[in-house]
Amino acid sequence: MNGAAITRALSAGALAISFTIIAASAAEMAPGERKSGYDFMTRDTQGMQDDDTVNPGMLWVLDGEALWNRKAGTAGKACADCHVDARTSMKGVAARYPAFDAARGRPLNLEQRVNLCRSERQQASVFRYESRELLALTAFIGRQSRGAVVEPPSDERLKPFIAAGREMFMQRQGQLNLSCANCHDDNWSKKLAGAVIPQAHPTGYPLYRLEWQGLGSLQRRLRNCLVGMRANAYDFGAPEYVDLELYLMTRARGMPVETPAVRP
Amino acid sequence: MAAALINVPKRAKRGDVIEIKTLMSHIMETGFRHSTTGEPIPRDIITNFVCSYNGVEIFRADLYPAIAANPFITFFTVATESGKIEFKWTGDNGYSETASAAIAVE
Repeated sequence: MNGAAITRALSAGALAISFTIIAASAAEMAPGERKSGYDFMTRDTQGMQDDDTVNPGMLWVLDGEALWNRKAGTAGKACADCHVDARTSMKGVAARYPAFDAARGRPLNLEQRVNLCRSERQQASVFRYESRELLALTAFIGRQSRGAVVEPPSDERLKPFIAAGREMFMQRQGQLNLSCANCHDDNWSKKLAGAVIPQAHPTGYPLYRLEWQGLGSLQRRLRNCLVGMRANAYDFGAPEYVDLELYLMTRARGMPVETPAVRP
Repeated sequence: MAAALINVPKRAKRGDVIEIKTLMSHIMETGFRHSTTGEPIPRDIITNFVCSYNGVEIFRADLYPAIAANPFITFFTVATESGKIEFKWTGDNGYSETASAAIAVE
């Protein structure tokens, strides 16, 4: 080992130790300390989210409303045939997902729930993740919960999955050896390159990201983070994501839903 | 799929300055990007937007590749008479969309 290599190894070790200390001190965020990504945005972007005639996410919500009323599949049923008016039947639903599905023995997120209705009730083909249709329907359903507070079900059967999600949040991974908590618990409000690090509360999904120039689901965001950490991203719909979504929702308990939100 | 979000005040007093907001759903593909296999992605943008008030053109805009997806165009006009405000977007690959809104002027 030459001198430079030793210095590198030492500083890497020192970095690892300092990170461990930070990680050890990481505690659950106090409710009063919590902030939505909205609070970190410029006034212009906030205005974009607040005004429904300016918010581009509303384009998907309108699409979703059309899909809600359109008959599909061999059963020839529309969402509206069972759930009638989404304004009442879907109010607050997005605020309590992912929820436990007894038949599958594990939590399902809203996207999976929609696709389950498609395959079982409507007997139609399922929508692909991040397809315009699935984003539109989840945005439309999510919109009905805007302003409702995030309230994950207090279901005993969800406990192990929340724990698994929390473990994934705390787990270091990828070539950069970072955990979600390193940024979102310990260093929120600081900058990562030019962007402010938010607290990772998933209150506005699916949301319109200016960088994406389109709507995206929470799983797209999670993949983004994993790729940024140079970790292996899971496939869309993987149970690991659903566990993590579930943990993030319990972490954001009591915060208002903003769907469809706008983020930079 | 859903096209445009239009916001025109339903009623106004004669002589009022009113704000018109339009949000159009479009990918606005610049033509400068390449796919993962290296092939150029052809340009697909809105090139032109026209607004007319009871058949008279009141606003026109040319759009270019640097404009983001789902272009939002807002402008002001004077409410002169009751009637119809029409919008027309045209673009690449024969793209053409229209929308309209009614306004009552007292």
